[in-house]
Amino acid sequence: MVKGIMNAPPLSPGGGGQWALTPSGGARGETGHKSEMLDSLLGLGGLMLLRDSVEWEGRSLLKALIKKCALSGGQVHILGCEVSEEEFREGFDSDINNRLVYRDFFRDPLNWSKTGEALPGGPLGALTAMCKRTDPGPVTIAVDSLSWLLLHLPCTTLCQTLHALSRQDSCPGDSFPVGQVRVLGLLHEELHSPGPVGALSSLAQTEVTLGGTMGQASAHILCRRPRQRPTHQTQWFCILPDFSLDLQEGPPVESQAHPDPHTPPVDPMTHLTFNLHLSKKEREARDNLTLPFQFSSEKQQALLRPGLGQATSHIFYEPDAYDDLDQEDPDDDLDI
Amino acid sequence: MFPELNNLLNITPDRAEQGKLTLLCDAKTDGSFLVHHFLSFYLKANCKVCFVALIQSFSHYNIVGQKLGVSLTLARERGQLVFLEGLKSSMDVFFQANEEPHPLQFLREANPGNLQPLFEFVREALKPVDNGEAVWKCPVLLVDDLSLLLSLGVGAVAVLDFVHYCRATVCWELKGNMVVLVHDSGDAKDEENDILLNGLSHQSHLILRTEGLATGFCRDVHGQLRILWRRPSQPTAQRDRSLTYQYKIQDKSVSFFAKGMSPAVL
Repeated sequence: MVKGIMNAPPLSPGGGGQWALTPSGGARGETGHKSEMLDSLLGLGGLMLLRDSVEWEGRSLLKALIKKCALSGGQVHILGCEVSEEEFREGFDSDINNRLVYRDFFRDPLNWSKTGEALPGGPLGALTAMCKRTDPGPVTIAVDSLSWLLLHLPCTTLCQTLHALSRQDSCPGDSFPVGQVRVLGLLHEELHSPGPVGALSSLAQTEVTLGGTMGQASAHILCRRPRQRPTHQTQWFCILPDFSLDLQEGPPVESQAHPDPHTPPVDPMTHLTFNLHLSKKEREARDNLTLPFQFSSEKQQALLRPGLGQATSHIFYEPDAYDDLDQEDPDDDLDI
Repeated sequence: MFPELNNLLNITPDRAEQGKLTLLCDAKTDGSFLVHHFLSFYLKANCKVCFVALIQSFSHYNIVGQKLGVSLTLARERGQLVFLEGLKSSMDVFFQANEEPHPLQFLREANPGNLQPLFEFVREALKPVDNGEAVWKCPVLLVDDLSLLLSLGVGAVAVLDFVHYCRATVCWELKGNMVVLVHDSGDAKDEENDILLNGLSHQSHLILRTEGLATGFCRDVHGQLRILWRRPSQPTAQRDRSLTYQYKIQDKSVSFFAKGMSPAVL
């Protein structure tokens, strides 16, 4: 696992595998530390899946990645289905906004207004068209969101389009040499059954699952590099208002609720006002006691043979004034 | 409106935010008191309200509204309130001449396709009047409730599309607000309802979730309210805030208190 990390683009020699544990004020400069995570996420190319949930949203990480791509040159195309263009561009400064090409599928995605302004081919046509670029260099395509596309299009069609996008030789008719195509897709995990999510996951070179605990966000990063084993990492981070990334240590271990194994359990019988313990003699007496309803062999013998001094039982009866004593035996007529 | 709830949400009729989608969700209890709260809140805030009421009749909301200090009849006459009474107008689908699609046209269709007629109704109701004077403040759309549409045969994706278009028009274009109610099926595995609820949660700015108490019915504490502020697009420099309160519904108000601090117990 460490070997896979060390084969990543060499941003800083050594220590690449210690992201989860290295304190932020380490030997390397702070800015180098911050850009490491984004650089290595983007360095792989292909499809990156950002899996978020209601509690831990992923759009801000998507915007942080877009900002990184825009600053490092190359074109950034955005397919926006879930939020308005203004809301998406909010927080980016103008030079980044100038480099973003936004395709708006928020206002009228299903062409209900019938104004004829709809882009031909729908969202998938727009995605394919983004491939046809006019100048060389890496192209980044951000899809906000893949969940919207999955709910409205068949999963197979979407997977085929994504696969065609992220392959190196995917776009016919290009007069320029094909560069790297990166696709960043936002996926809301709770909206889909495991099948489509698994299909998209198998297409992805990188998967970032957002989570967190106690107010701190974390990203579980799964990288699939060709001919290597997949690598897993967990990185705690925080996104600043200008969409740059700030890496952090995880939450402190002491505050997690684990019981201390070295504390002996408290004996509940120490401070009682009554005695719960038995002495040895008392214990023996208790063991020798025969319970009244326990059927032992002695009891059986005593019942079968009445004892020597035991006479038959007598009944003493004093009749009341109202009693009518009949001396006849009511069972006389029985023929036994 | 309930003043205590306004304090918890930190809003007043004079100072309401704009462009927000509020999701009301209830699990194992009845969260309709929140619908009455927001209806009276926005009417008092002088907003133009379009209320798609599918569950109860007009007189029901009117009676409760009068207890909270608003008259729906008066608001409707003034043009402040556009009320779609689902129970009554569903009959019109069958008995009205087919000039243009009725908002509840999907009731006639064997396979309900989409809710576009309903969206057109909302858009028509809330579009700004052409005389240029701003009589009312921002437009507001209230829906009670969306889970009923699933029961009537509309698919979850079609309902999500309807909410999407309403959001694009009401929240983004007209800078208004939306409040929708969805029931949470909880343990009963209703996949369509879960897709609807999760899809809406991702789009919402504020989620108010009422739950019954885990231990069962109680005379003094009617349930628990969880408030979750979400900012779907802004970075997480300030973490999403979440608060939990318990409440008791009285005749004309709802009192809120921290968990375990009901006046009946203290």
